[in-house]
Amino acid sequence: MGGFAFQRKSTHIFDMTANSKAFPKRPFSLRQKEARTAWLLLVPSLVVILGVTLWPVIYTFVLSFFYAPTGIHQVRTFVGLTNYLNMLKDQTFWQTIGRTLYFTLGSVGLELILGLAIAQLIHSRPPGWKFLRVSLIIPWAIPTIVIGAMWRWIYSGDFGALNGLLMQLGLIKHYIPWLTLPNAAMPLVILADVWHMMPFVALILQAALATLPAELDEAAVVDGANAWQVFWKIRFPLLQPAILVALIARTVDAFRVFDIVYIITNGGPAFKTMTITYLTYLNSFSYGKQGTGAALSFLISLFTMIMAFVYIRILYRPEENQ
Amino acid sequence: MRHLNKITLLAVAVILVLSIVGCQPKQTGPVTIHILTQDQAGMKPAEIDQIARDFEAQNPDIKVVMEYLSYDAIHDKITTGMAANPPAYDASMVDVIWPDEFIKAGYLLDVTSRVTPEMKAGIFPSAWNGVTRDGKIYGMPWLMDTKYFMYNKDILQQAGFSAAPKTWEELIDQAKVIKQQGLVEFPIIWSWPQLEGAVCDFTILLYGNGGTFLDASGKPAFNNEKGVQVLTWMKQTIDDGLSNPSSIASDEMAVEASFLAGQSAYAVNWLFQYSDSNKADVSQIVGKVAFAPMPVFAAGAAAGIQGSSVDGSSSFAIMATTPYPDQTWKFLTYLTSNAVQTKFSAEMLPIWQTDFQGDSLTQLLAAAPSNPITVPAFLAQFPFANERPTVSYYNEASKALQLALQEALTGVKTPQQALDEAAAKWVELAGQ
Repeated sequence: MGGFAFQRKSTHIFDMTANSKAFPKRPFSLRQKEARTAWLLLVPSLVVILGVTLWPVIYTFVLSFFYAPTGIHQVRTFVGLTNYLNMLKDQTFWQTIGRTLYFTLGSVGLELILGLAIAQLIHSRPPGWKFLRVSLIIPWAIPTIVIGAMWRWIYSGDFGALNGLLMQLGLIKHYIPWLTLPNAAMPLVILADVWHMMPFVALILQAALATLPAELDEAAVVDGANAWQVFWKIRFPLLQPAILVALIARTVDAFRVFDIVYIITNGGPAFKTMTITYLTYLNSFSYGKQGTGAALSFLISLFTMIMAFVYIRILYRPEENQ
Repeated sequence: MRHLNKITLLAVAVILVLSIVGCQPKQTGPVTIHILTQDQAGMKPAEIDQIARDFEAQNPDIKVVMEYLSYDAIHDKITTGMAANPPAYDASMVDVIWPDEFIKAGYLLDVTSRVTPEMKAGIFPSAWNGVTRDGKIYGMPWLMDTKYFMYNKDILQQAGFSAAPKTWEELIDQAKVIKQQGLVEFPIIWSWPQLEGAVCDFTILLYGNGGTFLDASGKPAFNNEKGVQVLTWMKQTIDDGLSNPSSIASDEMAVEASFLAGQSAYAVNWLFQYSDSNKADVSQIVGKVAFAPMPVFAAGAAAGIQGSSVDGSSSFAIMATTPYPDQTWKFLTYLTSNAVQTKFSAEMLPIWQTDFQGDSLTQLLAAAPSNPITVPAFLAQFPFANERPTVSYYNEASKALQLALQEALTGVKTPQQALDEAAAKWVELAGQ
């Protein structure tokens, strides 16, 4: 408390002047008053936010060290690191991690490439660019559950639009049950996710492109740079902070993918689209193994933090951007 | 900010307190009960909503809020709903494979003392078996369903067949002719996705081949010769282009969609498919669908097996922590009452065995246009409905079997290898 001094006649309702004689009679500075008021106003929100975010995290972390079947008054047994060790020894876990990384890399990679291309297209302001920018929001704005149901029908082996299109183009002779093909199911889920989330990346990059000074492009052109060189040598380095934001946001999101898989494939065929969050869901709710589910949740957090760290190490170079 | 004074801060504090107080539920007016059920088999949501409104009119002190989900989402919705206190739902539809798990979890209210002798005697004993454990009753029977074998009469007629197949081998012979004649590309559609539907269909075939899930000692037996033969046969029908390969990704709704579009000659599905087949807005084969007893394998028939299907019955159970058990029970007994079930028998047949006798049977047959067809089909098929294992770890065991079926059907593993791995998982789960 040594650093704090309270005003003898405070105008605040949280007046603590009862023992103020014990403190030096140094009044609050204006900055301190504002800070105190700000904190007082923030406290209720902080309590709520911490209550609904931090407490579940702590609770889940504690749960991950227990054998905790779902149910009322079920006995929970402390098992230490067993839940974690069981998972790390489980072949299904590592196969699922591999599949999730496949989804993440495929989905985020395609979204970045296509998003950057479309951002460039909008930035060059071709005819209809405003319509394109607005229409980009539509796939992103549709709830993932709806997207999943829509793409499940598109991929249907009996009625699917994809089969209809390919038939009309003469590329196939019979309808193909796409979602039953072990090697095709995951790429198709990735395609649906790219359609859904690519606009998010495109809009972030387009907004970043709009802030870049046009003089740099013009100077490069004057110096004889071609369009590719202008993009690669001028714009791309300056876009790296925005790319970093998009990459981290999308990678974390993609690694935790659940809903679109749940709707399109239910993790099938033969677990070929079973992702780590889906496995967590199964353990937590379908199998009633809350401790295992909690441990999986923290392993997911660990993996996402590692990936974010790698991105930051590779892409975040503030000294170069100054 | 600097101008904020005591009054402003006091006002903020008062608003926050009032907001928190305002979050408390008010207990005035009628009691509201929340009921969870499926939008698939059984009565349609519009019918249940109508029943709820009728009940509310007779019981103005109780308001009923129904929530409908796809079947495959209900188990997990119950689990998450029970994490709250009071629970998210006062009662829920409970499939015949869930009671052991939910009783162990303490989710279901013991309603033994609420069941009247009239209910006990009037409802089919097998319906009570589904909700009774160790002499205690944990729910009110609601739906007695089994999978039926349905076929498109027109297609069979065009192919020159006057009767449906009696064995799966006969089915293959007919399907080959239908395919050769180009009547449909894939004559048979099944529900073999990575969901419970695949286990249901496997149950039908397994028991129809003389197999069983567990042996006398309780150990997995579905990976023995009988089970492997069945799974090999399933895979072969896909490889031969007789079963629609989309079956591997089709739940029962997708099976219905294919069959009602006239794309399949045969379909194995729950009763709802029949009533839907006669609705012109969803069906292109109105009046063309017929039931036949579910075929069995020739070896099974030779061994004396007369029929094989799967028990897909369900009940409504009251959640153990509901604050309104009396009001919920009152609604459930109305919903499952003899009169209501007879009135709304177009989509599901009553659980009351008394409805299938004497004058009551006459009334039941007249209650819906489809009943003269569905009632005999039910009476012929339900006695052969096989139960899936009643164990508390069923859900995880079932998922292991679903994976095995999918691995074999997609060619990832051989039937023997896939079933052996699933059996090993069942042993592991039983030991936990």
